[in-house]
Parts: sequence; structure tokens; C-alpha cells
Amino acid sequence: MQKGDFVRQLQTPGGSIRMRQALNLDYILLAILLTLCTVSLLVIYSASGQSTIYVKRQLVFMMIGLVVMGLMAQFPPRVWERWAFLLYIAGALSLAAVLLFGVEVNGAQRWLNLGFTRLQPSEFMKICVPLMIASYIAKNTIPPSFKHVVLAVLLIFLPAFLVIKQPDLGTAILISVSGFFVLFLAGLQRRYLVSAFVLALAALPSLWFFVMRDYQKQRVLTLLNPQQDKLGAGWNIIQSTTAIGSGGWSGKGWTRGTQSQLNFLPESHTDFIIAVLAEEFGLIGVLLLCVLYFLLIGRCLFIGLKATSMFGRLFAGSVALTLFVFVFVNLSMVSGILPVVGAPLPLISYGGTAIVTLFVGFGILMSVAGESKKR
Amino acid sequence: MNDDSAFIDLTRQHQIFVNRVMVACLLAVILGIVIIARYFDLQVTRHQDFVTQADNNRVHMRPASPSRGLIYDRNGNLLADNRPTYNLTIVRERSPDMDQLLTDLSVLIDISDHDVVQFRKRLKRRKPYENTALKYSLSERERSILAVNSFRLDGAEVSARLTRHYPSGELFAHVIGYVGRINEAESQSIDAIKYSGTDSIGKIGIEKYYEESLLGQVGNEHVETNARGRVMRRLSKVDPLSGASLTLHLDRRLQATAHAALKDQRAALVAIEVKSGGILAMVSTPSYDPNLFVSGISQSNYSALVQSEDRPLFNRAIRGQYPPGSTIKPMFGLIGLQNEDVSSEHRIDDPGYFYLNGVERPWRDHNFKRGGHGKGVDLTEAIVESCDVYFYNMSVDTGIDVLAEYSQQFGLGSLTGLDIPGEQSGIMPTKEWKKRERGEAWFNGDTINTSIGQGYMLATPLQLAVMSARLASRGKVLQPRLVKARDGVEEPIAEQSTLIDIKAEHWDYMHNAMRNVIHSPRGTANSIRSGLTYQMAGKTGTAQVISISANDEYDRDKINQRQWDHALFIAFAPVENPQIAIGLIVENGEHGSSTAAPVARLVIDEYMKNQTKQQLGQR
Repeated sequence: MQKGDFVRQLQTPGGSIRMRQALNLDYILLAILLTLCTVSLLVIYSASGQSTIYVKRQLVFMMIGLVVMGLMAQFPPRVWERWAFLLYIAGALSLAAVLLFGVEVNGAQRWLNLGFTRLQPSEFMKICVPLMIASYIAKNTIPPSFKHVVLAVLLIFLPAFLVIKQPDLGTAILISVSGFFVLFLAGLQRRYLVSAFVLALAALPSLWFFVMRDYQKQRVLTLLNPQQDKLGAGWNIIQSTTAIGSGGWSGKGWTRGTQSQLNFLPESHTDFIIAVLAEEFGLIGVLLLCVLYFLLIGRCLFIGLKATSMFGRLFAGSVALTLFVFVFVNLSMVSGILPVVGAPLPLISYGGTAIVTLFVGFGILMSVAGESKKR
Repeated sequence: MNDDSAFIDLTRQHQIFVNRVMVACLLAVILGIVIIARYFDLQVTRHQDFVTQADNNRVHMRPASPSRGLIYDRNGNLLADNRPTYNLTIVRERSPDMDQLLTDLSVLIDISDHDVVQFRKRLKRRKPYENTALKYSLSERERSILAVNSFRLDGAEVSARLTRHYPSGELFAHVIGYVGRINEAESQSIDAIKYSGTDSIGKIGIEKYYEESLLGQVGNEHVETNARGRVMRRLSKVDPLSGASLTLHLDRRLQATAHAALKDQRAALVAIEVKSGGILAMVSTPSYDPNLFVSGISQSNYSALVQSEDRPLFNRAIRGQYPPGSTIKPMFGLIGLQNEDVSSEHRIDDPGYFYLNGVERPWRDHNFKRGGHGKGVDLTEAIVESCDVYFYNMSVDTGIDVLAEYSQQFGLGSLTGLDIPGEQSGIMPTKEWKKRERGEAWFNGDTINTSIGQGYMLATPLQLAVMSARLASRGKVLQPRLVKARDGVEEPIAEQSTLIDIKAEHWDYMHNAMRNVIHSPRGTANSIRSGLTYQMAGKTGTAQVISISANDEYDRDKINQRQWDHALFIAFAPVENPQIAIGLIVENGEHGSSTAAPVARLVIDEYMKNQTKQQLGQR
């Protein structure tokens, strides 16, 4: 049904004229993204022991992401609104596929092996879920009615459940959160918000006893007292806080962080990459990165506020808030104020699926921005 | 819905969105502040703590092992060397699962249960982040297996160390001793800092006595290690100082000659340089390979050594105490002359036995069967033919007090003070000694037994050699020494504090008598005379292992070989200007003349040959 629309869109004279007139790109957003990508490559180079292997691979993924983003930005948001459901189904199916024949790394089954590369569908879901919910809610009344809220919650929990099974509790929570942001921005009534909050609190004990695995509980306990198991569960957090703390104001200099260069820091080019940045560029580096994120999130919100469609507004807003949560969770877990969950730092951590997914999201955002500019 | 309400609805929807964004931003700002506060706390407030922690992570002080001082013989031959060996060591902190690691390692290379038990013991004593050895002396094959698998053996490391090696093997085992791994008791008493780079310590012999000199001074280096404990670079270094090298008085050639001659017997020989008191050779046989002990002797090898009836670990040269027998006759003769109990003209009749007034039992001469040495035996004859009755007679006049007093000056009955540990003092009995040790009064009969080196009297081969050297040097009291020089600097020769108070004419007389033991046709050691190119003095001795009652006689066929008499011999040469003095014993060798004296001849020949060469070289 929606596929027909897409074909028609390509054929409409207006569409092709616009394509010919100018590329639809949000240059401010693009500038911020390119800056962050540059920072990412610099830090990955240092974090991977000054090897160019990871830098090159990430660069390839960034290129792919940029191209995908550029392409997606050329279509009006209406197209993505209609395609949302298909993307969501594709994402959910690939999550199911991960559980059936995924690749196991470090005791968790999170990857699909495509032969030439490995895909992490749960990363992809971080965009598909808000896209789906935004498209679904925008089609109906605002604020959403009870019936729509229930259905939206089911749409959120299905992929979240599949991700928990991997097991990857952290990502499941982040996926759920990104979906809920849409509902929140759509004006979900306060009574739902309060009951959701109460439900979440009530769910915590059962989460602890029935869902969380021993290693996950261990991570929470470790947060409370990392010194208890210095060489085991506490190692990561002790080493990352040491890396961050020893960086001081201005850092030890690029590629000169002892904690990261001497391999004391685990996962230094992926989830814990902020510790490398903090160690080598100091608090000033961290603050500059925060400024970049502030600009990025601000730009997303600005696009949301300017958006003419409800879908565009909700999607842009939820991407902005989700980005914030990802950044917050990552910075907190590495600095030891939240338990360690598998949450990469958006745009900075090494990871192909994550970067392409993010660029997909920004592509849709640019598409939204392009529509509001046209008016 | 009309256009109006739709517009209002749209505005309201937008307003809801804007409101929600505002709420979200407010929350985000609060959380943002939390994050920045946290990073500020870590990076600014607690910065110094984390700098320290990061440095503790990466910087480790490693002791730099000093190399142990080398040991040479007097001609510069290396007797104790250091060789690089490769040991498998483990740092406890670097290995996440020790049991797993040990299992993995034992699959790769041969690791015995004994190794593991010893390793666990050492593990308890080590300091944090210290290498603990699991297996010593890895073969090249083992090293390459470990190198290939090192990526999955976190905490395990192959480290090179200098290990003691004794190139001459069993030749010097009893003198130089050996080093071994520091054991539990030793680790309590040593200075942990001095030994931080060393895992072995001198256990016996020179290695133990000169431990402090040989050890050297530990250095240290600060190194940067990565998380797996691999050293990435060296930050600073204080070089270790190697231990002092020791040059011994020992002469490898003499040692080898003596060892070769005695190695199939239970025997000991000590040769002393007369002018310095330096030990030229010191042999105790059977011996053992000291290299076995360096990195931990295996249980089976150790049991074999300990259980052997021949007691190879027993250093007979300084710990074996034997009745000196007739070898003390020249000394006693000198004492009799000096004390004027006898003179060179004094003669006795020897019917082959001696009766003491008031005692029924006779003291027999060793050749009583042939009717003794006959009439008119003078002191020279008593020495040359080893007449017992002459000394029975003399000793009753001289008395034990005078005999003991002089004997002690000749080195009997007390430690000689040689510079290796474990020496035994022997016994030079006195009235006080008997009272103290036996609770009995001294009888003249005891003096008579003592006069031929039997009874209570005991001496070590070292003491025999010292006595021989003091006879040779005409009473110069020099302390015997093994170490000649440290780091090339000559050790001061122990001061000639005393000269034994005996008249020159008596020395001349006794030297001549001892010369005749070998050179006179009637001398007891006459058999070794042929082909001598120099003048040699000596005295044979025979020591009873079991006492034979007065009415029985010694019959070698009736008794166990291990109860055969011990054969002893003392000698020095050349008589006119003595340079080398020897004391030796062959256990159950029966006759000093036939089993002991030829060995002394071999050793002195070897010495004289080298002396001649040196003199020729100097000219």
C-alpha cells in the first residue's frame, strides 16, 4: 500500500524538480555531525593503540551513513512516515533472527553474520521504534487515547522483549525509553505518566529477581562498591574512573593516556571511549564534547519545533531526547554513577551498525527539516 | 471538523509539544549538570588521587639482580660461574585464574607435582606483583612452546636469570659448596631488600662463608607495564653491583690429581701451602655434583645421596674425625725433645710390648709379633720405623699436660678457623677434658694411648695437614685459608702471631727423621721413594676402627671391610725448604704406607712439577 505512494512520489514532477533544484541538506546539522565524526576518528585511533584498522573501518561506515543520510533527506517525511511500519517489521524480524542464528560474542548473542560484515539489529531498533511510534501516534488523535497508548506500548515492548532475550537489558531499556519519548512528546496525559512511573518502580524488584542475570546484578552491586572485586567486576569501573580522573583539566595529550595506551582500560574504543577522551583531553575535552552534543540535540529540537507535521515533530523531538539519554547513560556508566550497560557513546564509539543507524535517523530529520523550510 | 477548530487543534497540539520539550529540557539540564559535576569531581577535585592510581597501575619497581661473584683457583681457572637460564615465572596478580593457568601450563610443558608444591610455598612468601618461579631451567623447546602460547597464559612469563654453575662438577663440591634456592627459614633471617633480586643463597662451603661478598648489591629499575604485566619501557635504573670475585689458594691441578687418586675410596686429603697457610687442595671422596642443588635437587637424586653408605655429602676433610695414629709421633717427639724427656742420644729397648708400673695389661707395639723393634731404638728409628714402645715410655715422662699444650699449638683439639663453615674440632684430650666429658680421672694409661694417636684422640684431615704444615715451617702458626684474594686484592695473611717454642736443632733432627721415613730403606713409607727428584718428609699412620683386646690380634680376614684400619699419612716437601704440606686419610685403607702415602706422592709430584715450571718461566 505505502510502496505505491513511494513510487508515485518519485514520479511526481514536483519531486523531481526539487531534486534538480538543490540537495535538501541541513548544513548546520551536517557540520555538527562531521565535527563529531572527526573527534570520533581521532579518539578511536588513539584508543585502538594507534592502529588504523578501526579508524578505516569506522570511516567506511561513516561514509555509508553519510550517503544514506543524504539520500534519505531527499524524500519528504511523508514517505518515512509510511515506511515506518515496514522498517519496524524488518527490525523485529532481524531481532528474532538474532535469537535463532545470531553470533555469540562475550556471552551475548547480539550480532547477525552477513558474511561480509556483522549487523547488530538492536542498534537499528533504536531508530525504528521511535519512528514507528511517531508514525502511529501522528496518524491518530493528539494527545493519544487510551487505546492508542496500549497499542503503542505493545509495539515498544515487542522488540524490547526480543532484545532482553539476547540478553541486553541496557539496550532494551534504551529502546523502550526512545519509544516512550514519542508518547511523552505527544502529550501523554499526566495520569499515564504517573502510573507508568509507579509501574516502573514496582517492576524494579521483579526485574531484579526474574529478569536480570547474575552478571547484571553484579554490575549494579559493583557500582556501589567497585573495590570489592578489584580484578573482576570492579576492574572496568576502577580503570575508567582512574583514566578520567588522571586526565585532569587538560589531559595527558592525544595518544599519551597511560590507562588507555597500556590496555588498562577495557572496551576503550567502544563503550568506554569517553574515558580515553577524558584521559587524553581532560575536562576541557569533555566539556567541548558536551557543547557539541548540546548543539546537536539543540538542532534536533529546533527541527522538531519548526516541523510542520506531527510525525516530523514527534520523531525529531524523540531523536533529540533519545540522543540525550544515550549520551547521559554512557557518560554516567563510564564515570561510575550508573551500572555498566552495553551503551555506546553516540557518534563517537566504534560500531558500524550504530553509526549507520544514527545517520538514518539524521537523514529522516533532514527530510523533516527540508519540508518545514519549503513552506 | 471545520477549518477553525482544526487550526485551534493544531496550535494546541503544537503547544503541548512545546510544553513537553520544555519539561524535557529542564530535566536534561539537571542531568547534564550532574554529569559535569561528576567529571569535575573526578578530573579536578580528585585529580591527584587518580594520577597516583594511574601511576601505580603502570609503574613498577623491579629489582635488578646483581650477578654473583665468580670463584677462581689460584691460576685463574673458573670454579664457579654464572650462566643464563630461563625460568618460568608467574605473577599472581596478573593471572585471573591460577588453577586454570597451572592446568594449561602442565598441558604445554612437563610440570611435576613437586614443582607445583614448591611453587605454592614460594607463592605464600612473595611480595605483591613479584615474579614467582614455577619451573627452573627451561629447555629451548619449552621456551618456544611457551612463547607461542603466551597470549593465552596471562601472568606467566619466561624470565632470564643468571644461575650458578660449577664447571668442575664434583671436583670442588666439598670446598666451594653450592648455592640453592632460599628456603623458608633463610627467608626469615635474610635482609629482604638485599635479596630482592636474588632467589638463591650460599648453602655450604665457600658459597656460604663468603655469601655477603659474593652476593653483590641489588639494583632497581622502574618499568612501565601494560595491563597484562608486560614491560613496555624502562623509566629509570640503578645498576646492580656484582659480587666480589674470589680467588682461592686452591690449585685445580692438585685438586684433580688428588681427586682422581681417591675417588673410588672413602678418603680425604688436604694440602697446604707452607708459607701462607693457603689450602692448595682439599678433597673429600666420594663427592657429588653441586650443580644438582642449584635449582632444586630432585627427590630421587637427593635420596640416593643421603642413603648412600659412603656418605658422599659428608665433608670428611673438615668434619671427619679420626684417631690420628702414628702421624702425631713427629710432633710428640719434638715435644719430648723440647721438654728434655728424651734426647737424640736417648735409646730404649723394645721387646714388642710395654708394661706400666702397677698395670697388668701390656701395651703392645704394632709389630709385637716380630718381637718389637729390638734393642737401642732411638727417636729417629722410632719415627722411621714407627716404634710405639718408644713413645709409651716417653709419654709417661712428658705427661699429658705438656703433650696437650704443645699439640694445641700444632692445631689439634680446636677449630683451625678455616674459612668455610662446618669444621669439627677433633679431640686433644687433657685431664680437664676427661673429667668434664667422661667424669673420670686421668690415668697414665690414657697418656700412653694418646702417645700413639689413639685412645680419646681425634683429628680431622684438615688438622693433620695443619700439623704437617707447622712441622714443615718449624712452628710458624698460620691460620689455614681458602680465599687468596677478593676482586684481585690479596687477603692479608693471618699474622704469624706465635712461633711454637721448640729449639732449631730439634726441628733439624725431626725433619731429618721424617725424611728418612721415605728416603731410608727402613722407612715405613720407603715404597714411594723411587724416582723422587726432591726430598720429601712424611709419617705414616694407622688408626684402629675397632679396639682389639690385648690378647687378640688384628686379622683383616675376620672382620668387615668397613672395620679395617684407616690409613693415614702426613708429608711435606722439599725438606730443605718446605713449600707444601699434606694430611690425608683413606678410610679402611689399612696401611698408611701402601694406600695413603702414594697419593701424597702424586699430589706433591704434581705440585713440584708446576713449581719447577714456574721457576723456569721466571728465569
